[in-house]
Amino acid sequence: MSPNPAVRFIDERTGAAPLMRKVMRYVFPEHGSFLLGEIALYAFLVLIATGIYLALFFDPSLAETTYDGTYAPLRGLRMSAAYQSAIDLSFDDRTGLLMRQTHHWAADVFLVSIVLHLMRVFFTGAFRRPRVLTWTLGVAMLFASLLEGYLGYSVVDDLLSGMGLAIGYGVAESVPLVGGNLALGLWGAPFPGDQAFESRMFIAHVLVMPGLIGALLTGHLALIAARHHTQFRRSPRQTERKLLGLPTFPAQTPRSLGLLFATAAVLFALGGLVQVNPVWLWGPFELAQGTNGAQPDWYLGWLIGALRLMPGFDVTIGDYTLVANPFWGGILFPTIVMFTMLLWPWIERRATGDRAVHNLLDRPRDAPGRTAFGVAFFVWVVLIFLAGSADRVYVFFDLSYDGQIWFYRVLVWIAPVAAFLVTRRICRELQRSDAIQAERERAEREAEQALVVKPPPAPAPAPKAS
Amino acid sequence: MSRLWGWLLAGLVLVFGWWRRRGPEGEEPERLVARTSPDRRAENAVIALFGLAALAAVAFMIVYALDDGSRDRTQLYGLTFGACLALIAAALIVLGRRLMPYEEFEEDYPEPEHPDEQEAVSQIIRESGSGLTRKRLLLTAGGAAGGALGLAALTPVLSLGPWLQTDSLYDTPWQAGRRLVDEHGAPLHADAIERETFYTAFPEDASQDEIGAPVVLVRLDPRALRLPPERALWAPRGILAYSKICTHAGCAIALYRSPLFEPTAPQPALVCPCHYSTFDPADGGSVLFGPAGRALPQLPLRIDARGELRAAGNFSGPVGPSWQGVRGERPT
Repeated sequence: MSPNPAVRFIDERTGAAPLMRKVMRYVFPEHGSFLLGEIALYAFLVLIATGIYLALFFDPSLAETTYDGTYAPLRGLRMSAAYQSAIDLSFDDRTGLLMRQTHHWAADVFLVSIVLHLMRVFFTGAFRRPRVLTWTLGVAMLFASLLEGYLGYSVVDDLLSGMGLAIGYGVAESVPLVGGNLALGLWGAPFPGDQAFESRMFIAHVLVMPGLIGALLTGHLALIAARHHTQFRRSPRQTERKLLGLPTFPAQTPRSLGLLFATAAVLFALGGLVQVNPVWLWGPFELAQGTNGAQPDWYLGWLIGALRLMPGFDVTIGDYTLVANPFWGGILFPTIVMFTMLLWPWIERRATGDRAVHNLLDRPRDAPGRTAFGVAFFVWVVLIFLAGSADRVYVFFDLSYDGQIWFYRVLVWIAPVAAFLVTRRICRELQRSDAIQAERERAEREAEQALVVKPPPAPAPAPKAS
Repeated sequence: MSRLWGWLLAGLVLVFGWWRRRGPEGEEPERLVARTSPDRRAENAVIALFGLAALAAVAFMIVYALDDGSRDRTQLYGLTFGACLALIAAALIVLGRRLMPYEEFEEDYPEPEHPDEQEAVSQIIRESGSGLTRKRLLLTAGGAAGGALGLAALTPVLSLGPWLQTDSLYDTPWQAGRRLVDEHGAPLHADAIERETFYTAFPEDASQDEIGAPVVLVRLDPRALRLPPERALWAPRGILAYSKICTHAGCAIALYRSPLFEPTAPQPALVCPCHYSTFDPADGGSVLFGPAGRALPQLPLRIDARGELRAAGNFSGPVGPSWQGVRGERPT
């Protein structure tokens, strides 16, 4: 049989047939949770596609204009060209609002799937040797994406994005010893900063950060391909040296492509049907204005919670402010979270002394210490995240804001300890019940054999043909 | 006519023969992919789903063509485009689950380490440098060149600044005698300032878009004030002015807790909606609650002969979020 003309065409010109065959037979172990990272990848593709479209219409300029467009409530208001172009592309370009909302939803979903993927990898121990670098790049990608998302909703120059930038400026200023210089260096002038700051944010959002995320992503995927996937031990054929799963082609390809289209379908349906960040309602940014109930996108909620939780003090030496308050919640807290995650593979290695190569995944119960730490850490961050919603809880449920904050200030230290102890106990109990189950099965097998052996040597019944 | 028929027949036979020749004749080579049994229903479903996806895409284009801008069609765009993508996804999933062979393969994990190769690579590096007599000096020189180049490449970043001149952080447009105006530039009369609400004021003839510009005005019962002695004259008739920019993270103070709800709010307070730093206007802007690390800067006021509010000086402290050393100086 002669080869497929397309295959021959490619191989004649590139000699890639052996590679193609290898790629087609690359094996993907099957498990639903392995798809989380793929969803993040596909959301990233949607972000790039919709982002390119938006960049064709968005004008990253703080030049002042007076609005005279389609949306009547804003007519006559002074605003920046940036904000006006965001309003115009939402109201006057036919598919502009679809693209803007899909872009926003895709960012939210991108970060959800990264976080869930990271938790899957953590709780199954997939970050251990030989995949430590893959984990490191993934964590770096998460934090790059957080910054990228913040820049994205900040370039629009509506009231909420301006409040977000004010906080960013305050956090930059709070860095010990150099904060004032850092904030002035980035913003170019005291807040709201130089006009050039808008174009700086824009180029960071559309080129620098996507480039960085793309580079990290490439490295992440290349390392996955080089080390192959981890697997759960679902069958005795799956060992530390052999993996069992579906080949790229034909089995995995339609599944992955299906997931790509399904992810894009959900994002575009959300973008078309579910309103998100209606910037025309916030109004243009005015330094002297603020709005109550302002909340950032979900993935920065943990930082606003941390900023709100801190008791009010600056560290001072006489008249000299050494550490301004936003440093604790805005810089120290995320730095601790990031480095705990980045360094976890080494921390665990030191704690357990386990330096071996692991291709088989743990179930969470198999590593009670890790699982308990992960749950405690997660509880810590989530409680701080929840503290950021205390103002909404006050509005909806009439619980005292100050009381809630004090409650969280205590709880964020107690609850993780409790979560650690409870989780470790549950894991150990599950391990014990596994052991009992195995023991029972073994005993039953032995008992059956004993029953078979014991009777007097009678003619054994002919084995049933089945 | 019959000639034409003959040619047609001959052509058909030829095509059929060619077709047959390409068919699976003789013994088949060993299969690389498991055989799958045909599933007409699944095939029909996939074809139907692809067809519907094409229709949804066409529907999207029709909506676009008919959109004259009179109504927002975002929902229709989202529905049609999303439906197209969803139908393709469904088709691919049926294709993968029902029509493509499902067979699991075994594959060896790659070796995590290659000691021989490591040794060989190291040897190449080692032997390549065997002709060098002063390795450390060479490395140092090369490192110096690279490091210096890196620093030189970073030097233009200094143009972003001002990195070293932080005096501008103390700048405010306020000075003694400057009138307080509203956002439209109209002067504010002391008589117009009422209790239990707040006003935003700006310096006359100055930019309103500077962090040092906006102040929040409130009026309290003069007997309720607990200002430090040196500020005794700063609040004529109980009218107080504070920087509107929170000393925590720079948001605008946009909430005024007055009138009061006694159980949770025993005294009037200025609150920032970003992180709920709460300041006491009666007590010189001191922090009542929340994360702010220092008091809200107060602007001394006086009432001129026409009854209009004027600044009697600059703020009591630096405006906006804190930075290193912020407490040292008064604003300029």
